[in-house]
Amino acid sequence: MANKTNKKKKRLIFRSVMLTVMLAAVAFALYSNFTEDKKDILQVGDEAPNFKLKTINVEDKEALTLDHFEGKGVMLNFWADYCPPCKEEMPYMQQLYPEYKKKGVEILAVNLDQGELVVENFIDTHDLTFPIVQDKSGQVMELYDVGSLPATYFIGPDGEIEHKVIGALTLDKIEGYLQEITPES
Amino acid sequence: MKNITCECGHVNPEGTVLCEACGKPIEGNQHINGNQPNKLLNMRYDGSARRSQTYNKTFVDKIWNFFSSVKVGVWLIALTLIASAIGTIFPQEANNQSPLPANQYYEQNYGIAGKIYYQLGFHDLYGSWWYMLLVASIGISLVIASLDRFVPLYRALKKQKPKRHETFLTKQRLFGQADQATEEDKEALVQGLKKQRYKVYEQDGHILAEKGRFARWGPYVNHIGLIIFLIGTLLRFVPAMYIDESMWVREGETKQIPGTDRQYYIKNEDFFVETYDKDDPRYQEAIEEQGGTVVKNYQTNAVLYERTDEALPGSEPELKKIKEGAIQVNRPIKVDQFALYQTTYQLDEFKTMTFKIHEKSDEDEKELDTFTVDLVDPKPEYNLENGIRITVDNYFPEFEMQNGEPTSVSKYPKNPAFVFNIFTPDNPDKPEVSFVGIGANLDPSGENQYKVGLKDFETRDVTGLTITKDLTLPILGLGGLIFMIGVIQGMYWNHRRIWIHPREEGVWIAGHTNKNWFGIKRDLEKIVEGTNVPMVTDQNELKE
Repeated sequence: MANKTNKKKKRLIFRSVMLTVMLAAVAFALYSNFTEDKKDILQVGDEAPNFKLKTINVEDKEALTLDHFEGKGVMLNFWADYCPPCKEEMPYMQQLYPEYKKKGVEILAVNLDQGELVVENFIDTHDLTFPIVQDKSGQVMELYDVGSLPATYFIGPDGEIEHKVIGALTLDKIEGYLQEITPES
Repeated sequence: MKNITCECGHVNPEGTVLCEACGKPIEGNQHINGNQPNKLLNMRYDGSARRSQTYNKTFVDKIWNFFSSVKVGVWLIALTLIASAIGTIFPQEANNQSPLPANQYYEQNYGIAGKIYYQLGFHDLYGSWWYMLLVASIGISLVIASLDRFVPLYRALKKQKPKRHETFLTKQRLFGQADQATEEDKEALVQGLKKQRYKVYEQDGHILAEKGRFARWGPYVNHIGLIIFLIGTLLRFVPAMYIDESMWVREGETKQIPGTDRQYYIKNEDFFVETYDKDDPRYQEAIEEQGGTVVKNYQTNAVLYERTDEALPGSEPELKKIKEGAIQVNRPIKVDQFALYQTTYQLDEFKTMTFKIHEKSDEDEKELDTFTVDLVDPKPEYNLENGIRITVDNYFPEFEMQNGEPTSVSKYPKNPAFVFNIFTPDNPDKPEVSFVGIGANLDPSGENQYKVGLKDFETRDVTGLTITKDLTLPILGLGGLIFMIGVIQGMYWNHRRIWIHPREEGVWIAGHTNKNWFGIKRDLEKIVEGTNVPMVTDQNELKE
């Protein structure tokens, strides 16, 4: 009889192990499938990846890196000349820039046009003073998974992404987010 | 567990239909295989005890038995087939060629049916959770059902004894009585069997001759192949194993190859489409029949680079040329484990435009000078002869009027338009303004002295490539190979057994095969030839 209960026990263990292994494989497949589209996407709470881009309007600097602003809050705005809502929020950013720069918040705009001419034209007409860099190859756009424009990341002083906003921002909203990423003095 | 001891002394596991050793039908278990008293025995799985229904006790056993059922397996396959068929009614999301998102596309194009189709996940069939569960269940069912059948069958065939119970023999499809057979006849039969390459076993004068037992493992080998195949498809979710990306590269442009973690870059040197020569007598007829032009070749001449520094994203990387060559349809260029395939293209995107300037009043439009603008990165200023200076006041790569305002809808020069300021030596401070686009040439003031006109343009092509990396192919291949071996094993060989049972007078002969009864009958005919043993009868034919 002992032999039989033993056999029964063995069978139960065998079946449980087989089923667990197979269920684990199924769970892996389902999980991978549903996270596949999302796993590369930057999430709020992730560390903002570093990059290096050519500047357009910063005197004496050829290129800027994101870690150049370490310890500051950074509003990282992706825009292009062919995107009307992008151009609408630019003046708001300019309006808030001098005040928040003093508080330790930087605004960095990444332009996605191909040439510099249209960008320079736009900077001149709107007297933009915050740094604007250009991502001609679209690498940083891809890195930050920017699909539709405008897209804005608000990065805290610790380098963590606090907010991601797709679509146009109002003056009030920008100010609200900027306050959140202002370093404590 | 209640084991059953047969009268031959063999102990069978519970649920056995025919004694593993002597084949005697075990009382009370005949319903399992649907055996009836006056009919032939059902020989499937050799009457072994498949999944013990009696162990339906724990939760684990219940799940196990669910998947062990062939009926369940067949249903799972049928449901998957039906779902796959429904998935072909409307195009899959990945192939619908529509800019509309799926939640709008299906309803707009196919109405309420499309909406249901989308909501049930048929638009992305292979990615829908329930389809994946169905396929996974088939996989689990394969493993469990195979195990539950292979083990007892293996056991039953291993434990079988040459000495069979008489009921077993009389209820075989091939059965014959040879009362006059002598010892010599029996010896002749054995020799005949050996000549037919049967393995002959003997026990107390009882003979079992068997060949092709390994054909019985065919279905299980086949299932192992399928399971390996399924594991291979599962590994496609691991990016290290499988990548499928696409990219556009303009002529002259160098771009990083997606999916390679910024390791490899590609430059498009040239893209072209070749067609068959209409005047070539070899093709003339075929081309006329087809109508229009027939494409011979789509090709990208590419240079591959590898990044050699740790450049941050966005900065110019240091590149080392590693390869150069052509990419043609079905002839990818390969680097590392990546293959770049030619998949699509766009011809004739504007690259540069050359403008000429002439006096507006000049009817012959005699050009004073020309200047060429790079449409990707236009210069802000062009100095011409005669002291004329032209600045680009505004540039619209893809020009469109929106709400009465000139705008660009993309960064690609698909419909370029310019606002030029023309500074002349006579008028160095007050420029003339001129708007020039394709099919448009405006003088907003109406007082311009000079006119800028489009003289010429250069275009370039854009190639569309697909990047694939598939390390699961060897696994899929192995699975397929094992699958085929299993099929061949089970199809081209038969498991034949012949029993010779000594009686007080003469012998009884019985035969069984898992398929191809004609073959075993032919074997038997050869074996009984020249003996006093009559040919066995096919008891199936008798009844008809």
